[in-house]
Amino acid sequence: MENFGYHTPTSVADAAKLLDANEDAKLMSGGMTLLPTLKQRLAAPSDLIDLAKVPDIKGVCRDGDEVVIGAMTTHAEVHENALVRELIPGLASLAGQIGDPAVRHRGTIGGSCANADPAADYPAGTVGLGATFVTNKRKIAADDFFVSLFETALEPGEIVVGVRFPIPVWSHYQKLRHPASGYAVVGVFVAQTKAGVRVAVTGAGPSAFRMSAMEEALAKNFSVKAIEGITVDADDLNNDIHASAAYRAHVVTVLAKRAVAAR
Amino acid sequence: MGQFGIGQPVRRKEDVRLLTGKGLYTDDVNFDGQVWAAFVRSPQAHAKILSIETSAAKSAPGVVAVFTGSDLKADGVGTLITDVEFKDLAGKDMFRPKRDFMTIDRVRFVGEMVAVVLAETQAQAKSAAELVMVDYDALPPVGSTAFAASPDSPVIWEEHGSNVGVHWENRPEAEIEVQMAKAKTRVIIDIVNNRVVPNPMEPRCAVAKWEDGELTIYAPTQGGRRIQQGLAKTVMNLPADKVRVISADVGGGFGIRGKLYPELGVVSWATRKIGRPVKWRGDRSETFVSDYHGRDQINHAELGLDANGRVVALKVWTIVNCGAYFAENGPRLPINGGGRIIPGVYDIENFYFSVKPVLSNTVPTDTYRGAGRPEANFLMERLMDAAADATGLARDEIRRRNVIKQDQMPYRTQMGMLIDSGDFIGNMDMAMKAADWTGFEARRAESAKRGKLRGIGLSNFVEPSGGRPTEEMRIAISPDGKATVYAGTHSHGQGHETVWAQLLNSFLGIPFENVTLVQGDTKIMPKESAGTFGSRSSWMGGVGLQRSAKRIVEKGTKIAANLMQAEPEKVSFDAGVFRAGTSSVTLAEVAKASYEPKNLPDGVEPGLDESYFLKRDPEEFNYPNGTHVIEVEVDPDLGKIEMLNYIAVDDCGKVLNPFIVHGQVYGGVAQGIGQAMTEMTVYDDEGQLVTGSFMDYGMPRAHHLSMIDALFNEVPCKTNDLGVKGAGEAGACGAPGAFVSAVCDALKDFGIRHIDMPMTPDRVWNTIQKAKAAKKA
Repeated sequence: MENFGYHTPTSVADAAKLLDANEDAKLMSGGMTLLPTLKQRLAAPSDLIDLAKVPDIKGVCRDGDEVVIGAMTTHAEVHENALVRELIPGLASLAGQIGDPAVRHRGTIGGSCANADPAADYPAGTVGLGATFVTNKRKIAADDFFVSLFETALEPGEIVVGVRFPIPVWSHYQKLRHPASGYAVVGVFVAQTKAGVRVAVTGAGPSAFRMSAMEEALAKNFSVKAIEGITVDADDLNNDIHASAAYRAHVVTVLAKRAVAAR
Repeated sequence: MGQFGIGQPVRRKEDVRLLTGKGLYTDDVNFDGQVWAAFVRSPQAHAKILSIETSAAKSAPGVVAVFTGSDLKADGVGTLITDVEFKDLAGKDMFRPKRDFMTIDRVRFVGEMVAVVLAETQAQAKSAAELVMVDYDALPPVGSTAFAASPDSPVIWEEHGSNVGVHWENRPEAEIEVQMAKAKTRVIIDIVNNRVVPNPMEPRCAVAKWEDGELTIYAPTQGGRRIQQGLAKTVMNLPADKVRVISADVGGGFGIRGKLYPELGVVSWATRKIGRPVKWRGDRSETFVSDYHGRDQINHAELGLDANGRVVALKVWTIVNCGAYFAENGPRLPINGGGRIIPGVYDIENFYFSVKPVLSNTVPTDTYRGAGRPEANFLMERLMDAAADATGLARDEIRRRNVIKQDQMPYRTQMGMLIDSGDFIGNMDMAMKAADWTGFEARRAESAKRGKLRGIGLSNFVEPSGGRPTEEMRIAISPDGKATVYAGTHSHGQGHETVWAQLLNSFLGIPFENVTLVQGDTKIMPKESAGTFGSRSSWMGGVGLQRSAKRIVEKGTKIAANLMQAEPEKVSFDAGVFRAGTSSVTLAEVAKASYEPKNLPDGVEPGLDESYFLKRDPEEFNYPNGTHVIEVEVDPDLGKIEMLNYIAVDDCGKVLNPFIVHGQVYGGVAQGIGQAMTEMTVYDDEGQLVTGSFMDYGMPRAHHLSMIDALFNEVPCKTNDLGVKGAGEAGACGAPGAFVSAVCDALKDFGIRHIDMPMTPDRVWNTIQKAKAAKKA
């Protein structure tokens, strides 16, 4: 690890200022990806801006028809939160399947989404629920947030402060864990929302994507049978030593069926 | 035997110390004025080194020195040890490539060291290491085992002209083919025994100090004597007693930590060179590319059976991938390290055995929990399953017809091993009963209702244990009656602090809490010590202690007789008390008296301090054995396997502490299941280790395993006084065969009879798809 400046701003505005002032600075939330990257000398930012001391971007609350989760809320907090468990149990379950207990008690929803790991779990949950990312500058629909491999719609100097989840009628997450990393080889989030059925997939492609063919079929007939024959084209999927693209394509359908069966 | 004696499930006395952070691991050791070492490691699998430019690194902040292999060579540093010799049937010697402590003009695997940077801080050393510019001229790499052995492969040692170090055979194949030809049924299998990265919890570390003409080095080893000798001779050019190796607490050995690694040589040489202590703390990434790997065999085998399902002949062809160099034991493992236990628990008279150790552009392989025995047993168990298929006999029945029976023991195998004892039928009966083997079909039907495919599998094994044939143990009783064991063995997880105290409690009646263990320091431990590996400590250390204790009693008797004014012949000893008629003195009183010359009879030296140098026939081993049964459920849509139940029946001879032996079984099984289910080591075509971190390399986690029921079928060993057999490596021998058998049983309706390890979801699913397609066609 190289030396770096370390800052603990106490407001989002101060964090943004620090980010603007230091071109090679990095924001840090839980540090679950960033710190190993530094230790392995794969990155050497000039400054770390730790959001841990920013008070008002942590925690869960209800705002009308939405559940609002602060960016610095840990996976364990989301998993255990009574409001999330009551209103969006599918999301509470997803948070409880991330990594291991140590990761869940440090890693945060904002950090995980901003990092946009193609195999992270939250992208499926945010896209699947039609969530909205709130930053210090604007609001971004989850559908537009995840652009590609480790790439989001966030602009330089932009900080995720929270995620707003419309309360769904029902939702469920199914995941095939990577035997080594615990990330999703494939994860499928299915939700019945007031705006319609949503099916979001993580782990299979360069970033989370929706299965519109399944959404349409389920909108007409919410049953396992309705999506049985619907597959995703393996050509667009990740292919690595742990899972071939053909296997991932198959697993997307299997997990979507299991999610629907859980209704 | 009392609460703390032999056979009692005494809780480990070392655990509180270790779990509360009071252990002394190598990284806890720091010397004033130390510098930090960082190694420059090759990113290339195979290349000529054209030049190494160190000037930028040398002028980087905090850098004290930068050295390359040439600097070591100029100082007369020799090459690493390959402690193996084999000849082919024509008498031609095995090729023995020389490995420098730091390579000079050629790199042969990713991670090989090419330079060392010494700096004031670790961060400075690592930063400067990135400034060392090495000009490589890439050569075609050889990453896979099969490719290394093929004639189309590039040759990585031109002077030998082939990647095959030797073609070793036990006898001409034609002799066995004569017998094989008489078989009614011939079964052939081709299997892979996958390479694994051992990964002890503690990454490697070393702290070396040169002072007053002596080297002291701390490092995690399995007993430092051989490392001391190697460093003294090949690196330092000193008498061995001028080199002190200390391994206080060590976070796991598994065989691979007993070796003289090149890093130890470099830091030892460097501390003398610069006159300051040198510390190196390896990280997990370095563990992956510099600790020796395990297994990595390809086996082709043929079994011939008669009309009764009795084996008439066996032929085995093994290719073992030894990596870029032959490590200390590399080619030994498939041959006389463990491979020669083939045909395992089975009574097979006609056996042909061919082994080709091959060199490739990968990390060298060496001993890893079982060291050739898991591979040998796995091979036999896959053959037995194939024989069951071919003959139509049940999997347990084909085994029952072929196992060595108790009335055949002692049984001399075709490879010359003398199995003294073991109840192989009894192991199977006990394991199958505990697993409710007969009730399995009902459970299979229940799983099927849930869309799951259930399977059950069993595996027999036997694994010669004992390691090197000598060990020395010493017991010193202080004037207050407390005992210190100075052990040549080395506990790095095995619980010797507890078990040696139990032995002394039984032999000498010394209270459990009054026994202290001293180990892991070549200056203090007995001169002839060897260490702990090869499941040897209970035998070599335990019997060594038993004989030392006998000497304590013999000497104590003389002193006690003097104290009690009795004839020595009239003195008896039991439970810590010497008696003669109505008089008695305790061992503690005798110990106290032994330090006061006025109490000593003529000719008796002061003190109560005895040691025993135990030497056995190098060809004599003990034979832990057992039967393991696993039940699994396969999710056919995902190819995912869930382990449901595990029964381990082990015969480790006399059990000294069942609590600790259970721990050995659980750990060994977890490593065996890891190899079978999750641990995938992948080198790509460029010779890059693709699975170089825990993000990609599937170490088994607790949730991958079911509960394990560890049972004993105790048959005391006949060749040692304690009746003990090894225990450390059994689990790793039993688990892979049982696991693969269970999964194939689950998938039998697809016609799937074998899947190579590790059985990852992707691999299982793809195998199912191929089987389905084949059925349609």
